[in-house]
Amino acid sequence: MSRPELQAPPEIYYGDIEAKKYTGNTRNQQIQADMTYRALELLNLPENEPAFLLDIGCGSGLSGEILDEEGYIWAGMDIAPSMLEVALEREVEGDLFLQDIGQGFGFRPGSFDGAISISVLQWLLNAETSHPTSSPPHRLHRFFTTLHSALRNPSRAVFQFYPSSDDQIQLITSIAQKAGFGGGIVVDYPNSKKARKVFLCLFVGGGGGQQQMPKGLEGEVEEDSKVRFERRRERERLKTKVGKRKNVKDKDWILRKKELYRKRGKEGVPRDSKFTGRKRKAVF
Amino acid sequence: MVRLITHNLLACHVKGCTSNNFPLEFKDAKLELREAEYNPEFIRGFLPKIEWKALVDTARQLGDTSLPLEQPEMLDDEFLKNLHHVLLEIHVEEGSMICPNCKHDYPISNGIPNMLLAEHEIG
Repeated sequence: MSRPELQAPPEIYYGDIEAKKYTGNTRNQQIQADMTYRALELLNLPENEPAFLLDIGCGSGLSGEILDEEGYIWAGMDIAPSMLEVALEREVEGDLFLQDIGQGFGFRPGSFDGAISISVLQWLLNAETSHPTSSPPHRLHRFFTTLHSALRNPSRAVFQFYPSSDDQIQLITSIAQKAGFGGGIVVDYPNSKKARKVFLCLFVGGGGGQQQMPKGLEGEVEEDSKVRFERRRERERLKTKVGKRKNVKDKDWILRKKELYRKRGKEGVPRDSKFTGRKRKAVF
Repeated sequence: MVRLITHNLLACHVKGCTSNNFPLEFKDAKLELREAEYNPEFIRGFLPKIEWKALVDTARQLGDTSLPLEQPEMLDDEFLKNLHHVLLEIHVEEGSMICPNCKHDYPISNGIPNMLLAEHEIG
């Protein structure tokens, strides 16, 4: 299946049906929640100071709900009316705007203490019409310059997005830098196929090394949600494949019993070897 | 769901409309009052960002006269509560916002303002 941003512009792709589907999917909810928490962590807001945040591409308010829970006051914008409708139904606290971020926005300078955006930036990378204001570099430029002025100094903006190539990352970071942002890319779990997440972490102000680039998460992801490999299943599968009824007390049965005894803590259970459960020769 | 807190930050972003583009004027506004959690810390922290005159004018236009014309130096509890009410509890549900400079009309429907621009208006 090709990426959603290649199929249609966001306001059409996320129509009534897709918006409901997206929001109702518990897996999406989980992923979105994880990424929102991680983005908030990367924002590194001062503690015990209630902040005013901007959620760019807030959609149906999945991440907005978390902002509510965490006690932030926020405003969100999205281009898909159907998604915003779902957000209204879900009764999120923040103010919602129907806005195309590629057109820029008119917030007064220094309005927000930070901005987050989950899975949005990749939508800016496709041109919908041939009009010059519709080219990705122009839209990105307009977006980053207006965002830069809308943020307080010092503050941060964190974007999680799905780049499809290194060129895209290059394009986005270079335009962000031209708009006056510092910072760069943070990659979580770079070696994992599934858990790999790319964050663009941008700083406003705070030159002179005050703002330090956060490190990406590394190491193994816990895989609680997945079903683990079990030898038993493998054996069962093999059993049914053969079709022939096996001996009642074959090697598998012996191994199973021995394992059971070991688990129960019984002493003197013989160790497993290549001779376990093997038939003796007829002439002994 | 346009609250005055965001309205107070919102300027017109049409191409070339750079001066006198704030605050947007409400027209045919239909209000709804919804209680919000009172958080004095937040209000205090937000005070420096507020354009006071614009806020008071808009609040008066919408029929709320609880705020003084001049921003008081002393922040007592009653003042903060009034400010909290004006900033976070007054929601504009229907109507439109009009730029005082270029007269661009941002319609509000169902509490969501439509900030989309036509191609020739994009900066």
